[in-house]
Amino acid sequence: MAAVLFWVFSCVSIGAVLAMILSRHPAHAALWLVLAFASLGGLFGLLAAPFVAVVQIIIYAGAIMVLFLFVLMTIDAKAGIPGEKRTFALAAAIVLALLLLAEIGLAARSLLLAPAAAVSDSIKTAAIGRLLFEKYLYPFEITSLLIMAALVGAVALVKKKDGA
Amino acid sequence: MIPAGWFFAVAAILFGLGVTAFFVRRDLPTQFLAVEIMLNAANLAFLALAKPASAAAAQTIVLFIITVAAAEAAVGLAVILVVFRRRKSVRSEDLRILKG
Amino acid sequence: MDASWLIPLAPGLSAFLLIIFGRSLSRRLVTWLACGSVAVAFSFSLLSALRLRAAAGSVPYPARILLSWIRAGDFRADISFRFDPLAAVMVLVVTGVGLLIHVYSTGYMAREKGYARYFAALNLFTFSMLILVLASNFILMFVGWEGVGLCSYLLIGFWFEKPAAAKAGMKAFLVNRIGDAGFLLGILVLLFAVGSAEFSAVDQAVSGGAIAKSTATLAALLLFAGATGKSAQIPLHVWLPDAMEGPTPVSALIHAATMVTAGVYMVARMNALYAFSGTAAGVVAAVGAFTAVFAATIALVQNDIKRILAYSTISQLGYMFLGCGVGAYAAGIFHLVTHAFFKSLLFLAAGSVMHALSGELDIRRMGGLRHRLPLTYTAFLIGTLAIAGIPLFSGFFSKDAILSAAYAGGHRLLWAAGLLGAVLTAFYMFRLVFLAFHGGERTTPEVRDRIHESPSSMTVPLLILSGLAAMAGWIGIPAVLGEKADLLRRFLAPVIPVIRTPHAGSSSEWFLILTATSAAGLGLGLAWLFYQRWPGLPARFAAWCPGLHKILLKSYGVDEIYQAVLVRPLVGASELTYRRFDLGLIDGAVNGAGAATRFAGRLAASLQTGRIKDYALGFLLGTTIFLAWILL
Repeated sequence: MAAVLFWVFSCVSIGAVLAMILSRHPAHAALWLVLAFASLGGLFGLLAAPFVAVVQIIIYAGAIMVLFLFVLMTIDAKAGIPGEKRTFALAAAIVLALLLLAEIGLAARSLLLAPAAAVSDSIKTAAIGRLLFEKYLYPFEITSLLIMAALVGAVALVKKKDGA
Repeated sequence: MIPAGWFFAVAAILFGLGVTAFFVRRDLPTQFLAVEIMLNAANLAFLALAKPASAAAAQTIVLFIITVAAAEAAVGLAVILVVFRRRKSVRSEDLRILKG
Repeated sequence: MDASWLIPLAPGLSAFLLIIFGRSLSRRLVTWLACGSVAVAFSFSLLSALRLRAAAGSVPYPARILLSWIRAGDFRADISFRFDPLAAVMVLVVTGVGLLIHVYSTGYMAREKGYARYFAALNLFTFSMLILVLASNFILMFVGWEGVGLCSYLLIGFWFEKPAAAKAGMKAFLVNRIGDAGFLLGILVLLFAVGSAEFSAVDQAVSGGAIAKSTATLAALLLFAGATGKSAQIPLHVWLPDAMEGPTPVSALIHAATMVTAGVYMVARMNALYAFSGTAAGVVAAVGAFTAVFAATIALVQNDIKRILAYSTISQLGYMFLGCGVGAYAAGIFHLVTHAFFKSLLFLAAGSVMHALSGELDIRRMGGLRHRLPLTYTAFLIGTLAIAGIPLFSGFFSKDAILSAAYAGGHRLLWAAGLLGAVLTAFYMFRLVFLAFHGGERTTPEVRDRIHESPSSMTVPLLILSGLAAMAGWIGIPAVLGEKADLLRRFLAPVIPVIRTPHAGSSSEWFLILTATSAAGLGLGLAWLFYQRWPGLPARFAAWCPGLHKILLKSYGVDEIYQAVLVRPLVGASELTYRRFDLGLIDGAVNGAGAATRFAGRLAASLQTGRIKDYALGFLLGTTIFLAWILL
């Protein structure tokens, strides 16, 4: 059962990302990404992380992507913009990306070949909550400051100045 | 059970696709999405490779990463909005004033 | 308590404050700071001098070490002061005349932009001059010596927008450099011979016979080279007339009363050395006498009121050196003091004239000013009477002291030269008075309408200096008029021992007084004949021997000779090295380094394409390489 779900989620997420790359309109790309993120949430669930999985679906696939779509509507991005051809740079990028992938594989080759490890029991949400408010209290509080700063920064950036 | 390496392989593939997406696409919003893909791939790798004993800590860290990503998304989108207002374009190739 | 070491403190502090904060201070504050500090220094000087007089006879005067400055092996130089009668006289002159001129300057410079800058330099000058005269060793004296030179340069070039002023400042500095090189060498010779730069050590070495006569002569002559530079004696006199480009109070303080007398002070301070080396003393006397006559002849025909006074200063400094050279050091210092009073009075009065005439300097465009500027006229006349040596005025006594010393010492030729100089002095000074203050008005109409007497800040110092110029001579009444009358000489006796009392007998004393008086009278009379009785006479004379007139007007062409013989070859040589070495090699290297940097910068800048993707590509490349480096 888990193996089936793993293959389904993996294929869906990779396929959705591929579709995102190939889609001509940014809005379509965003919608494909919602799907990718949702299936990633499924993968998280398979990794015995139900809380993170839910957060992933609600915050990422939900909130962030909706925000993104709002912005897309405001800026009215056009589909399929023809740009300058920079084949060499593109080729170099793809070669480098493959190289990087190979390197990552090389670095983790022992893991890939390793037999299935026992995935631990599903972590209780309460444990995460305890960690957040005990061990990681200060990082947690600081994160709130960070969000505050991002909020204020975003508002300040977007705010129309008088006469502008 | 599924080996952790498989999850990791998916994460690696997603990361590579994210990198490719960043270079293939020409508009800022989609490039921004590509960055989000890479972030998520990293999250997946994080969870997959966590030792069983510290699985809860790994999940907490991923929560932090998602939070930071949210903040980053807010600011990043605001920047895209401002750029569009000023230049009436979101093509990254049009933004070349900071040239040496 | 001995407060003498505090004397330079106030002007130094004030100079420091004015240099740092001068721009932001109000004029009122600058005025009070500058004048107040000199007033404080003057009060300290007065107190210290009175204390010294009360404790008269307690020789030797100890040097007070304030700070240990340089100590290397056997050699040591300290910041140490010695307040003895000679220093006391100098300090009183410097702070006293300095104070009056500071006050005068507040009126004269009232409308200047660089008001604070002016007073900063003037205070710094006072400070340096006090260091110079208070120093107990050559090294510290040299610091003051160079300090006054620097201030002189700064103040001559005060109006640096004027090319002539900037050039004159540079000339003064460069000419002084030549003399200072000699001075420094002289110090080094003394250091090697004596092993110490302390004045007292040099005196002891001389009296104890620890120094060879030839060495002493060499050192004395080298030191005198420095004195000729600072005190504008032949052949280094050329800078002083040009120095008149500076503000007139500066000419009065630095280029008449104090700094230019530093050479005389130095010779008097080293009187033991010069008395020991007869050759050096002879050279000093000869140069002094020659300069006295030489400069006086030039002053005969000049038309610029300040240049006349400048040549007069050179001539009078010659007198002082003549006095020192014939062994009458006290007489030299006496003339230094009276000269400080009457010459600064003359300069300040001349400044008052310029002030009234909107900056006019040419005496051919003056005339008849005695009715318009009665106060200035009176002051100038008193100064003239004093410098000409009219009996009872200060210059008479001091000049007589020098001439009688020359006569009594058997130097008849030097005496005759001095006498000739006296005639010339009386002539050119009364020529100046007659042309500027008497006769018909030759001022241009627009200037004439604006003639006004100067403000009280300027006239009050004039009045005080008039009194001093008239009466200062009474501190040195010749012995023939009273055995105990020679106050100054007796005050200075601990420092300047009267080696031989040149007692020429009272009859020859009276003869000398008579000749000196008649010399002054002759000069006065001739000036009256030439410029009052028959005003056509000077032009006839000039036409009679045009060559001589032209040579005098051109100051014997010394400047032109130096220009041709020294300056032009030097400038040519520097031009050559400048082109070959500086432009070719050094500039080439510097420009090359700059060009290489710019080229590298352009190369690096081409990486900055402005494309986000290119940057990301760099990022990706970096990550790949980094990861590869970790893995391999």
